[in-house]
Amino acid sequence: MLRFALGRLLQAIPVLLVVITMTFMLVHSAPGGPFSADKAVPEEVLEALEAQYNLDQPLWQQYISYLGDVLQGDMGPSFKYPGRSVNELILSGLGTTAELGMYAMMVAIFIGVIAGVTASMRPNTAQDYVPMTAAMIGICMPSFLLGPLLVLIFGIHLEWLPVSGWNQIPGDKILPAITLGTGYAAYIARLSRGGMLEVLSQDYIRTARAKGLSEFLIISKHALRGGLIPVVAFLGPAFAGLLGGSFVVETIYQIPGLGRFYVQAAFNRDYTMILGTTVFFATLIILFNLLSDMLAVWLNPKLRQQVRGE
Amino acid sequence: MAALLDVKNLKVHFHTRNGLVKAVDDVSFSVNAGETLAIVGESGSGKSVTCYSLLDLLPKPPAKIEGGTAMFDGEDLLTCDKDRMRHFRGNDIAMIFQDPMTSLNPNLTVGEQLIEPLIYHPDKARRQDRATAKLRAIELLNEVGIVNSERRFDSYPHEFSGGMRQRVMIAMALINEPRLLICDEPTTALDVTIQAQILDLIKQLQKSRDVAVIFISHDLGVVAGIADKVLVMCNGVAMESGDTDKIFYHTENDYTRRLLDAIPEGAKTMANRAQSENLVEVSNLRTWFKDFSGPKLNIVKAVEDASLTIKRGEILGLVGESGSGKSTLGRSILQLAPTTEGTVTFDGTQLTGMSPAKLVPWRRRMQMIFQDPYASLNPRMTVFETLAEPLLYHGIADKNTVTEQVQQLMDDVGLARGHMRKYPHEFSGGQRQRIAIGRAIATKPELIIADEPVSALDVTIQAQVLDLILELVERHNLTMLFISHDLSVVRYISDRVLVMHHGVLIEQGDTEHLWANPQQDYTKNLLKAIPLADPKSERARLSS
Repeated sequence: MLRFALGRLLQAIPVLLVVITMTFMLVHSAPGGPFSADKAVPEEVLEALEAQYNLDQPLWQQYISYLGDVLQGDMGPSFKYPGRSVNELILSGLGTTAELGMYAMMVAIFIGVIAGVTASMRPNTAQDYVPMTAAMIGICMPSFLLGPLLVLIFGIHLEWLPVSGWNQIPGDKILPAITLGTGYAAYIARLSRGGMLEVLSQDYIRTARAKGLSEFLIISKHALRGGLIPVVAFLGPAFAGLLGGSFVVETIYQIPGLGRFYVQAAFNRDYTMILGTTVFFATLIILFNLLSDMLAVWLNPKLRQQVRGE
Repeated sequence: MAALLDVKNLKVHFHTRNGLVKAVDDVSFSVNAGETLAIVGESGSGKSVTCYSLLDLLPKPPAKIEGGTAMFDGEDLLTCDKDRMRHFRGNDIAMIFQDPMTSLNPNLTVGEQLIEPLIYHPDKARRQDRATAKLRAIELLNEVGIVNSERRFDSYPHEFSGGMRQRVMIAMALINEPRLLICDEPTTALDVTIQAQILDLIKQLQKSRDVAVIFISHDLGVVAGIADKVLVMCNGVAMESGDTDKIFYHTENDYTRRLLDAIPEGAKTMANRAQSENLVEVSNLRTWFKDFSGPKLNIVKAVEDASLTIKRGEILGLVGESGSGKSTLGRSILQLAPTTEGTVTFDGTQLTGMSPAKLVPWRRRMQMIFQDPYASLNPRMTVFETLAEPLLYHGIADKNTVTEQVQQLMDDVGLARGHMRKYPHEFSGGQRQRIAIGRAIATKPELIIADEPVSALDVTIQAQVLDLILELVERHNLTMLFISHDLSVVRYISDRVLVMHHGVLIEQGDTEHLWANPQQDYTKNLLKAIPLADPKSERARLSS
């Protein structure tokens, strides 16, 4: 397993290099610069600023020195938050975003798996159509629509839950988690329905029935493990997607997370911040994909033994 | 004495989108304790559906039981509620399925699956704890012939061979000491020598336990030795039932007669057309594959040092069990598999080492018929397109003559011309194999390699296709390498036979000579294991 993981991490190096290079080229080719917005700045001041952040050097030199810094784990200073480094800014928002992502993931897995498994037990009946129609709606509904809708219903109309904030009033984490998790719950529901249907049609499920096992045991012991493999494979990209895609939810509910920096950095042409967050998310996506692949291997006895045999 | 299971007027219908299918129509039979009933029929005859309906294992919908009773020990299986049914399953009535590769859960250890009927027994008072159940399971594994059973208890299904998995399935079925054992084609997926062992085992266990057995099979040879009674089914209807000897020796039913007659028996009746000239010469051929799936790079020596000649005009049989490398050898001769060493010479020209482009004109002269007519025909091409493609590609026909030539081909293989614009799925298995044969002979080849061309077909269809092949060989002056695991089929069709075992050609000779005087032990065992549709000789063999 260790060799498998190390091999995959080595593969990540060229991927990250491509991500850095592409992002670097893109942000620098976008019109404007970090100091061109806002009010007009005197020429000398602009030059001094550019010199301070090495923006006066040729592009390839900036690229090389940036690569060198990143290699040492330094993402450079932020252009828009003077005196603060990108590392610092990312760290400050990461905790909140990770917590939000985790709750959203729990919502997604819990609702998604239950809905999917329920639907798969009686395909093409109401027990299948109702959760799957709901899932379809869940996939189609963007979070910037679902968020305000939930706020209107549960926050303003029913006055059950706080409408915004994070960690200030008890219960203020519920709506953001649901808003962020719903789309993924819907996707997981469809994946687990498909996976379960596939497994439930296998010969060995018939064997289990013929043995006289109860329907509960057949589902929970014989079918779930194989049926949820597609879900497990999806968890890695999903979690990375949750973290990266949280900015809409963070904006709706005024949450001081990472997503906010990401969007603002793009508007501000905050070169180092854009690059830093992009590289950070790319690393996360690679890591979580690796984790979910390892989990999928572990769930399959045949693969597990092969990997262990190395 | 009342029968243990008494099925009367069973009717099972499938309500599908394409209309009503009467899968089982008014079938009655009974089994007593200690007795074996064989249900025999071709695919689609309703034999499996009959038995699945007894244990409520059919998907409903589309299946629906429309009528009848199935009294098991005084209770009707068809009307009992779910809890009662769970009680019957595994406890009173157990089942062994056809494919041991897919019938065991790949995610759970064999031991875990074995003890489930004990630790989750529907009757709470009879539940056992894991430790007791494990002892019982190991004892049974020993009984069905699994060596090292204590260690094997924690193995996963993929660590067992097909035959061993079927033994595990049998142990699992017997673990609650059922009174009725239903075997659904338990040996169809297995090699002939393994099949003989499993049949022996089932017979033996039945004797020691006095359990009733329903044995489903499409192969009359397989049931000849073990059945007391036989029920012959066709299209959901019971054609005939009675004592085994009566069915085999004095049948009055035309369909049963046809089934018995279709079993290939005895030597080839057509003359050996072999000429002295060698069409194919293979010397010291090796085909090795790199297998990356394991922890270490594994070299699979699929074909090892094979040397053979095929004379112009002869039908050379190639027999071997699954994994023996016979298909790879066939594909290597056609240069469809990359050869590692050795040479293949066709009509005096060496093919090994030739570039793919240079091989094209040679491909016209050598064709292949594949095993599975469902998988080897492109589902998006009509019969016309399938047959016209090689004709046009090799310049045998042009746009003006192609229709006529395709029609000629369809006449040759016995397909109605009117079916020319149909797609493969609109044909039955036998008709599809006719299309595949038509495609192979389209280019007027000299050599045809037929890789198990009849093993996916029912026995009556198989007989027709075999006769078609013999006829075409005669008419088109073909040379053929006929690959099969079925020794009776090979004997019926070939002039000379090669025996392959673990990638090595271990024996060859004229067919009848080899049958009479096999030299190698492996060949002897192989020949001994062939089940014959003759109850008397089969019983004698099983009891020996």
